[in-house]
Amino acid sequence: MGKDNTTCAASASPYVPMTGKIVAAEKMTDTERFFRIVLDGGRQLGHKAGQFVEVSVFGIGEAPISICSSPTQVDSFELCVRSAGNVTRALHAMKAGDTVGIRGPFGNCFDTEKAKGQDVLFVAGGLGLAPARPFIRYVLEHRKDYGKVSILVGAKTQAELLFKSELKEWEARPDVECLVTVDRATDGWAGRVGLITTLFGEVTLSPMNTVAVVIGPPIMFKFAVLEALSAGVPEHRIVCSLERKMKCGLGKCGHCQIRHVYVCQDGPVFTYDQLRKLREGI
Amino acid sequence: MLPQVIEKAKVKPFVDRLIKNHKVLGPVAKGPNFVFEQIESLDSLRLDYPITLLSPTKKYLFPPYECLLKFKLDPQLQVEPIIESEPLVFLGVHPCDIYATWLFDTVFSTKNPDPNYLERRKKATIIGLDCLKPCDEYQFCLDMGSLYADEGYDLFLTDMGDAYFVDIATDKGQQLLVETQQSRPATNQDFARRRDAGEQKRQSFRNKLSVESKYLPEVLQDSYDSLIWEATARRCYSCGSCNTVCPTCYCFDVNEIVDLTLRQGVRRRMWDSCQLDSFATVAGGHNFRKERSARLRHRFFRKGKLIREAFGKSGCVGCGRCDRACTAKISSVEVYNMISGSR
Repeated sequence: MGKDNTTCAASASPYVPMTGKIVAAEKMTDTERFFRIVLDGGRQLGHKAGQFVEVSVFGIGEAPISICSSPTQVDSFELCVRSAGNVTRALHAMKAGDTVGIRGPFGNCFDTEKAKGQDVLFVAGGLGLAPARPFIRYVLEHRKDYGKVSILVGAKTQAELLFKSELKEWEARPDVECLVTVDRATDGWAGRVGLITTLFGEVTLSPMNTVAVVIGPPIMFKFAVLEALSAGVPEHRIVCSLERKMKCGLGKCGHCQIRHVYVCQDGPVFTYDQLRKLREGI
Repeated sequence: MLPQVIEKAKVKPFVDRLIKNHKVLGPVAKGPNFVFEQIESLDSLRLDYPITLLSPTKKYLFPPYECLLKFKLDPQLQVEPIIESEPLVFLGVHPCDIYATWLFDTVFSTKNPDPNYLERRKKATIIGLDCLKPCDEYQFCLDMGSLYADEGYDLFLTDMGDAYFVDIATDKGQQLLVETQQSRPATNQDFARRRDAGEQKRQSFRNKLSVESKYLPEVLQDSYDSLIWEATARRCYSCGSCNTVCPTCYCFDVNEIVDLTLRQGVRRRMWDSCQLDSFATVAGGHNFRKERSARLRHRFFRKGKLIREAFGKSGCVGCGRCDRACTAKISSVEVYNMISGSR
């Protein structure tokens, strides 16, 4: 009659993470670090562009983090982590060779297939570049399959710009229109100054043939979506990825719920016409 | 399986044998209230209880705290799942709580099944007990369709005065009757007495909502922008008492508990409350449901609309526990009636 402490196979409990090794850890900005992770036992994450993982630092806890590497990169995956809470602070202290727990990948994804043959406009503010990057990289890897590609990137200052060397590469490519702006110019910044929305004035869109991917901090969505709409991009062609608190990733714990959707399962990717009806999305 | 009858005189040996063979949980008095606890003898068992503080099945099948895994970092990282379970017999669960158990079963078995809940549920035997009169002025189970339990129990008892009528729903339930050997087959007369008890029961409950609960999703949809939420939230303390006592609230938080070495510990889930300020606040500090009124509205939407739309049955069982526990004396019935426009 006593309590059974059933020890089942790890795979039987959705709460038990896989383990993975950090193979690269680099400082990106004062608050963001880049990690490349290889799962133990030769396992592959098998993620799609736009999905996220729950990252465990054992002894501290678990946090949901967007995967920022291309889905075509299968032997490892990458995370760009902002130090914001207990788990991410602990993660920042970790280095190559350290072990983390990984659950996932969770959530839906960007429709990279449906966007083929279309123009793609990326609008990434601040850390929003991290969840956008898998899609951007996928598009650039399959450049011929897509129409015009525009990448609008904004950050508070140049010190907060992410993936700087990649931004330079994208800016240099003749087949990509990449525009970068900062809210405030600081020492030595010779580029554009202004909010990300000002970049819309510099791009010419074929709105009915464009998929606009808009990701950024909560305050940015409304203004960037407004610009896309006023450029004539239909609501269902505007795609956003949402940040929410998530504990389980399984559609149970309730923290990410917006009315009838669980962002961890039904999202994090939503079109603006879905979000408009949700009311509390952005 | 044909129904049986347990005469009141046979209840003592029935319970004695149950206790001898099983861990039995039943209603006992605790101060002015009632709770489910392990029963050691018939003496403490109070089958006449009006309502318990918590849903008994939620209390034991989805406990307030529960470890999900344990880990140790030395000599190398080791992580193991923890699924604690034991066979339990629930004796005397009311229809509203049986209904709420059905919801837990559905939530935790569909789409990403939860092995911790399901393992305990598998080992649970539920003996339901009909309540033949309203527990108090707070209940509105008739409105929410949980006055009768159609499924979700193994045995179901109806008090007929000098005997219990026993409906048998499962082999597991049948087995309990076989091993305790205190029942006899129900006669035509018993069926008639049970029908009478059922009719009396129906007459002692009345509707309190001004709208049928199946229309609540529409009523709520239309209420989204109503100032009623803000008006009600003025009184709300966002204390989360409603969530704590709710038999259908299943949201949870997960935390790490480490020992003094910081080298080993457990990951533990605990009940959480959507009314708390921290519920939708992310690490960066942004709160996605900052307004108290938005949190209050979210809870009513879950209970009256979202769960029904997702799983086909009401997410509120009308037990009235939230209203009993409310520190601001907010009445769910009043809120539903206010938003449906007729008080």
